[in-house]
Amino acid sequence: MSDSTVVGLHHEEQHHPELLHHFAEPQQQRDAASLGMWIFLATEVMFFGGLFCAYLIYRRLYFGDFGAASKSIDATLGATNTAVLICSSLTVVLAVWAAQIALRKLLIGSLIVTMLLGMVFLGIKGKEYKDKFEEHHVPGASFSFDHVPIPGHPDQYANPRHAEIFFALYFIMTGLHALHMIIGLGLFAWLLYMAWKGRFTPEYHTPIEIGGLYWHFVDIVWIYLFPLLYLIDRHP
Amino acid sequence: MYFSVWAALLLGTFITYKVAYLDLGRFNAAVALTIATIKALLVALFFMHIKGAHEKLLKLVVVSTLFFLFILLVLSMADYGTRTWS
Repeated sequence: MSDSTVVGLHHEEQHHPELLHHFAEPQQQRDAASLGMWIFLATEVMFFGGLFCAYLIYRRLYFGDFGAASKSIDATLGATNTAVLICSSLTVVLAVWAAQIALRKLLIGSLIVTMLLGMVFLGIKGKEYKDKFEEHHVPGASFSFDHVPIPGHPDQYANPRHAEIFFALYFIMTGLHALHMIIGLGLFAWLLYMAWKGRFTPEYHTPIEIGGLYWHFVDIVWIYLFPLLYLIDRHP
Repeated sequence: MYFSVWAALLLGTFITYKVAYLDLGRFNAAVALTIATIKALLVALFFMHIKGAHEKLLKLVVVSTLFFLFILLVLSMADYGTRTWS
C-alpha cells in the first residue's frame, strides 16, 4: 500500500523520482523524449533543406561563377573545421556513455571538451568571415568580385553578380549553422551545469542523449556544407 | 567501437579534401557527396544510435524526413534540369 511516511511521496507504487506521471514507465518516457527530439530534427532538416535546395539550383545555373567564388574561401580551414566537429561528436557520445556507466569525471570532461571544440569551430569560422570581409566578398554595397577567372577557363571572368549569390548563400548557410552551434553551446553549458550538480544517473541521463542528438545533427549539416561550399572546383 | 566510427569519419574528410584537388571532371561532386552521405550515415546510425533503436516509430520518422528532403531536392533539380530553353 502507499507509503505515506515518506515526505512528498504519496503514490500507490514507488517509482523513479524522474518518472513523470503521464508515462507508464521510464523506458516509455525515454522513448518519447527521443522521438520528440527526432521530430524537431526533422523540421530542422527541412529548414536547412530549403537553403540547400536554393544552393543546388543556383550552383547548377552558375557553375563557373560558383566555382570561382568557392576557390576564394579557404578549404584547409573548412576541412579543419570538419575534423573539429567530428571530434566533438565523438566527445558527445563519450559523454552519453559516461553517463550510462556513471563515470562522473569522464562525463564532465567530455562535455567540457565538446564545448571547447565547438568554440574552436566558431573561432575558425570567425577568421574565415574576417577574411571575406577584408576581401570585399560580403554581399552588399561594398561587394566586389572583378577579374576573377573561372576555374578551368582562364580567359573568362566570373560574373560578379552570380558570385555575390554564392557568397549570400555561403553567409546565410554557414551563419545559420553557426547560430545552431551557439545554441548548442548554450544547451551543453546547461547540461554541464546539471552534470556538475549530479543530476544524471545510469537510469536518467535523457537530457544528455537528446542534447547529443541535436549536436550530431549540427555536425551532419556541416558534413554536407563543407564539400558543397568549399570544394566546388578545386582541381584546375 | 565509437573510435572506429570516428576514425572512419576523419578518414572520409581527408579523402574528400584530397580528391577535390584531382581532376575527375563531373565525378568530383558525386564522389564528394557520396563520401559525405556515408559520413552522415555513420553519424546517424552509430553516434545517434539509430542502429539498435527498437522503436519502429522512430525509424519511420527518420525515413520519412529523408523522403521529404528527397522530394524537395530531386524534384526541384529535375525541374531545372529538364528545362531545355536557355
